[in-house]
Amino acid sequence: MELTGAEILVRCLKEEGVKHVFGYPGGAVLNIYDTLNAQEDVDHILVRHEQGATHAADGYARATGKPGVVLVTSGPGATNAVTGIATAFMDSIPMVIITGQVPTHAIGSDAFQEVDAIGITRPCVKHNFLVKDVSDLALTIKKAFHVATTGRPGPVVVDVPKDVTIARYPFEYPKKIEMRSYKPASKGHTGQIRKAMDMILEARKPMIYSGGGVVLDKSHEVFTEFCRLLGYPVTNTLMGLGAFPGSDPQFVGMLGMHGTYEANMGMHHCDVLIAIGARFDDRVTGNIEKFCPHARIVHIDIDPASIAKTVKVDVPIVGAVGPVLKQMNRMLRESERKPDEQALREWWKQMEEWRATDCLRYDRSSKRIKPQYVMEELYRITGGKAYVTSDVGQHQMWAAQFYKFDLPNRWINSGGLGTMGFGLPAALGVKLALPDEEVVCVTGEASIIMCIQELSTALQYGLPVKVINLNNGYMGMVRQWQEFFFQKRYSMSYMEALPDFVKLAESFGHVGMKIEKPGDVTGALEEAMAMKDRLVFMDFITDPEENVYPMIPAGAGQNEMILV
Amino acid sequence: MRHILSILLENESGALSRVAGLFSARGYNIESLTVAPTEDPSLSRMTLVTSGSDEVIEQIMKQVNKLIDVVKLVLLTESDHIERELMLVKTQARGEAREEVKRLADIFRARIIDVDEGTYTVEVTGTGQKLDAFLQAVGEVNVIEVVRTGLSGIGRGDNALRA
Repeated sequence: MELTGAEILVRCLKEEGVKHVFGYPGGAVLNIYDTLNAQEDVDHILVRHEQGATHAADGYARATGKPGVVLVTSGPGATNAVTGIATAFMDSIPMVIITGQVPTHAIGSDAFQEVDAIGITRPCVKHNFLVKDVSDLALTIKKAFHVATTGRPGPVVVDVPKDVTIARYPFEYPKKIEMRSYKPASKGHTGQIRKAMDMILEARKPMIYSGGGVVLDKSHEVFTEFCRLLGYPVTNTLMGLGAFPGSDPQFVGMLGMHGTYEANMGMHHCDVLIAIGARFDDRVTGNIEKFCPHARIVHIDIDPASIAKTVKVDVPIVGAVGPVLKQMNRMLRESERKPDEQALREWWKQMEEWRATDCLRYDRSSKRIKPQYVMEELYRITGGKAYVTSDVGQHQMWAAQFYKFDLPNRWINSGGLGTMGFGLPAALGVKLALPDEEVVCVTGEASIIMCIQELSTALQYGLPVKVINLNNGYMGMVRQWQEFFFQKRYSMSYMEALPDFVKLAESFGHVGMKIEKPGDVTGALEEAMAMKDRLVFMDFITDPEENVYPMIPAGAGQNEMILV
Repeated sequence: MRHILSILLENESGALSRVAGLFSARGYNIESLTVAPTEDPSLSRMTLVTSGSDEVIEQIMKQVNKLIDVVKLVLLTESDHIERELMLVKTQARGEAREEVKRLADIFRARIIDVDEGTYTVEVTGTGQKLDAFLQAVGEVNVIEVVRTGLSGIGRGDNALRA
């Protein structure tokens, strides 16, 4: 039986097991929307701006590991989605974004709502496709999901002209897919793994440094076992938090620009660095010339292009984290050789001395609400079990530092691109995927405004997330840099004319709370968390000039941190 | 160091712009680039001349290989290979130049493929250096127009790049 392109598209989504699509209708996708309306397998979530659709699908993907799916119209629909696509690309999040396009005969004629979506998104997708003929549609969708979810994951755009959604063709969904030009690695090279094991067991001052790759590969258990078998200090990147229990003493905290003193000093002084599913981002390495000057480096990554991109490594292993670590764990269990206990004891002693600087300390007697305190209380009250999304800036760093993630996929933030506006729509995506879980969006008064419209989406679909607005009246991270490096010239970082967030939340049909005193923090959080079926927007008026410490200033090495 | 990449990629619209876009986005340099379909019409063969340190070339190879449309690639300059480029030159052909350019064309084993009373059009094939040498020999004053195809290359012996 012949189906229309729109029907084929929706059937493909069903075949892929897609339950939710985030999107916004428009002229070029009207036929697809008409088809969506006539079936019940795939739910469509109407956002209020296409950026919100991409972030919501992204949050959905990060929390569940399943690909997030987005449907937007041509022209502005596609361009509005670009920020969210780039956000997912930088953090290797699997997504399939279907963009409408003007009819094939009109492409290139500057038609109404025409934009070269393929050209615009090309630098920020894993791959993209323009479907020129309905006969290619099903195979293209199959390829899109295959590419998005395998190897190093990433967003894939499928641009579908309107006439393709109207044309008819027999529907058959390919069961398997072979692409001669795309064959991602899985298992690592055994010889390289042996070489790495030798180096790892010779270490006297080892560090394990893991990133988002462990979370994306769903390998936290085998990773945790690897760390336990060795007993080496473990640090995670911002994207890797939760891969190893954050409350465990073997965890020395996040590393990098706002990482802990002990993690960064450990990096600087280590003699063997074991990098797993991490990409030596500049926010991690600080000045590359001064990075890990004493270390031999093992690097496990599924993407060969991530290896030796910025930092030369001694033993590269190209492969998925899970299979490689499984093989290493087997070798560790069977091997006669064990890590040098004496050396390790001394290394841990050094580590504890660094830890004793208590680099995350802050003024607990202040009359103002300290943002760190709000994060600590949030952690305590939610028992460390909440899914926490964040926007970008100081609040993001405080959440990463003070919420101890014991499990993966709970910490959902825009690490690579640093996209303000990410937190709220991402939280809605998480809540939709996991309605029984506590979902909290930690944000600031500058970030939240960037996608505030999604409060409507939350009401429409009954998504009772909790918004924690750390309101210091500044773009806090910008202000902090201006304080440190621009002699306190606060150019454009003061948020004038802020709305009354309580009234704002109420006008969107939610509960608003304003908290101004440290003594009210706990009670307010408990009260909000108890409102299971309401979105509660909590506006915490925090110390306006609090800074994120410790900090590696730009151009400095990991051993040159600014402490409190 | 100058290097030549030979790339087999899917013969699809946009494949060329993916490679070119990658080079501009990552700040790699392209000295020349040629591309045309192969004996298998579903594949294009691209020859790209670039330069950079060993580390940069390694990154370029990895990044190009990562493009979904790229089926295979090889660094031609890593092993024995043959390079050729084709150039069409329009020259002055009046007075002394009429004989001189013809003589040079013979020496360089070039062919005069078009003639009128004041100009020659010469076809020269060879390595980039040979083409440069021809232009130098003809002299700036005599050269009216130059078209070069950019370099093509292939491995020596049974060294073949196939899908």
